[in-house]
Amino acid sequence: MVNETIQLKGLTLKNPVMTASGTFGYGEEYADFIDLTKIGGILVKGTTLNHREGNPYPRMAETPSGMLNAVGLQNKGIDYFIETIYPRIKDIDTNIIVNVSGSTIEDYCAVAEKVNALENIPAIELNVSCPNVKQGGMAFGVTCAGIEQVVTAVRKVYDKHLMVKLSPNVTNIAELAMSAETSGADSVSLINTMLGMAIDAETRRPKLSTITGGLSGACVKPVALRMVWQVSKAVKIPVIGLGGISSATDAIEFMLAGASAIEIGTANFIDPAITVKVAQGIVEYCERHGFKNVSDLTGAMVVDN
Amino acid sequence: MKKITDFRLIEKKEWAKSTFLLLQCDEPLEEIKAGQFVQVRVDDAQHTYLRRPISIHDVDYQNRTITLLVQRVGEGTNKMSDTEIGDTLNIIYPLGNGFTIPENNEGNVILVGGGIGIAPLYYLGKMLKEKGIEPQFLLGGRSKSDLIMLEEFESVGKVYITTNDGSLGEAGFVTQHSIWKEKQFDMIYTCGPKPMMMAVTKIARENNIDCEVSLENLMACGLGACLCCVENTIEGNVCVCKEGPVMNINKLLW
Repeated sequence: MVNETIQLKGLTLKNPVMTASGTFGYGEEYADFIDLTKIGGILVKGTTLNHREGNPYPRMAETPSGMLNAVGLQNKGIDYFIETIYPRIKDIDTNIIVNVSGSTIEDYCAVAEKVNALENIPAIELNVSCPNVKQGGMAFGVTCAGIEQVVTAVRKVYDKHLMVKLSPNVTNIAELAMSAETSGADSVSLINTMLGMAIDAETRRPKLSTITGGLSGACVKPVALRMVWQVSKAVKIPVIGLGGISSATDAIEFMLAGASAIEIGTANFIDPAITVKVAQGIVEYCERHGFKNVSDLTGAMVVDN
Repeated sequence: MKKITDFRLIEKKEWAKSTFLLLQCDEPLEEIKAGQFVQVRVDDAQHTYLRRPISIHDVDYQNRTITLLVQRVGEGTNKMSDTEIGDTLNIIYPLGNGFTIPENNEGNVILVGGGIGIAPLYYLGKMLKEKGIEPQFLLGGRSKSDLIMLEEFESVGKVYITTNDGSLGEAGFVTQHSIWKEKQFDMIYTCGPKPMMMAVTKIARENNIDCEVSLENLMACGLGACLCCVENTIEGNVCVCKEGPVMNINKLLW
C-alpha cells in the first residue's frame, strides 16, 4: 500500500493532486464526473473583496497545445462566497482552499481576514500574479519588494496555511519565492499563467478583448517544470507545482523536480475526470518504482555526473 | 446528470460543408432537453486542444442515439466530420439549459434557424409537437445547398425557406420572409449566426413576441467553471455554457 498523504506545513492532503484556481469553479461543477473527496484539495475561483464583472467577451482563445484567457477575476466578492457558496461546499471532505485576489494590500488583508474565520477553509492561496486585471496583484507579484509587502501584511491577519501563487512573468522566479518565504509564506505555488496574445490575421483583430491574456495548457509545461525545479532549490518551504499538467506522468515530473504537491488546471476542461486519474496514476508509478510514500517523489530526480 | 462517455458513430451523411453524425451510446442516455449541447473531444492535438461544443440535433432514447449536425469550420470540426462508422467520439453531455417548452399548447410558434443553427431546432420541434404544439420552421441559408435535412424538418412541421441567392424558397434573409406579414406569432425560438439572431430579436421586440435565442459564444470548459464564454446581460456577465446557451431576449443587451 502506497501512502499518498502529503504534509504541507499545517495542511494535510490525502494525495498530492489539487485543482488550479479558475479552472474548477467551486468544485460543484465537477461533482457529476468525479468523487471530489478523492482529491487532495480544491482551489476555488479567485475571490476579491468586492464583486467583479471581469473583462468583456471574448475572454478565451485556443492556441497551439493550450489556451489564452482574460477572464479578469470575475467573482461575486468574498461576502457572497461566505454567505452562499461556503455553506454548500464546506462539508466536502477535502481541502477547500480560497484563492485570494486583490488590487491593494488592504483588500488582500480584508479578504484573508474574512477567510481566516471560516472553520472549514484550512488555507488560502494568495494570488499576486493574475495577469488579466490592471491591478490584479501582478504589480505585487513581479518584484521582491511587492511580494514582501503583501505577504507580510497578510501574514499578520491570517494564521492558517498561507500559500503564495507566483507569476512566471518575471526575470528570476526563485528570488520572488525567497521573498515570499522570508515574509512568512508557508508554501509557494507556481506557475500562474504566462502573459501572451493572439491575433486573428483575417480580421486583423486581437482574439481577446484585453489584447493580452494568460497562457495555460500543455504548452507551458516545460517552462513551469523548470521554474518549479529552480524554486525548489531556492526555498525550504513546500512548492506546489502547476502549469500544463495533463497526466500522471506530468504530475510525477513536477514532483521529481521538487514539488510536494501539484495543481491541475486547463486539463480539467478536456477531461473533467483527469484529477482522480492522475492521483491513481501516481500511486501506480510508486508501486512500480518501489516508493512507499508519494511524498518520497519530491525532489527525487536523478542527475547523473 | 452530466456524463463523459464514448459514443460510436453508426450512421453518417455528408454534404459539402456539413455532416450528419448518428452516434450510439452503450449505456442508456441521460435525459436531454431540446437546446442542450455536447462537448466533443476531437483529440488533444496541437491545434485542437479544447473540446468542441455542438448542439444536439436529435435524441432517440430507445436506440440510445444522439444526432449531431457538424459544419466544417476548422480543424476540429473537420476531424469530427471525418469520423468513420464504428469509430468513437468522447462526449460530455448533456450541457446547458435548453429551450423553454410552453406549459399550454395554445399559440403560434415559429422556429427560426440559419445555417448550421438549424440543428437544435429539429429536436425542439419534435418536443413541441409531443406537447401538442404545431411547430413551424423558418430556415435560411446562403443558397440551396446550405439547407439540409429538409425532409426531416417537413415531417415535424411546416417549413418556410429563404436563401440569399433565391435558389430555394423566398430570396433574402429569414427576417424578410412574407410569413412575418401573414401570421401572428406568440413565441419565437431562434438559432443561427449572431446578426441573424439580432435581426430576429428586433422583430420579436417590435411585435412584442416572446423569444428565446441559442448563443454560441467561444467556450472552454462547457461546465460553468472557467467563465470564458460569458454574455453580458441585464444580470451582468453570465456563462453561456451553464446559464445558456438558450436565453430569453429579455435578458440580453442586444
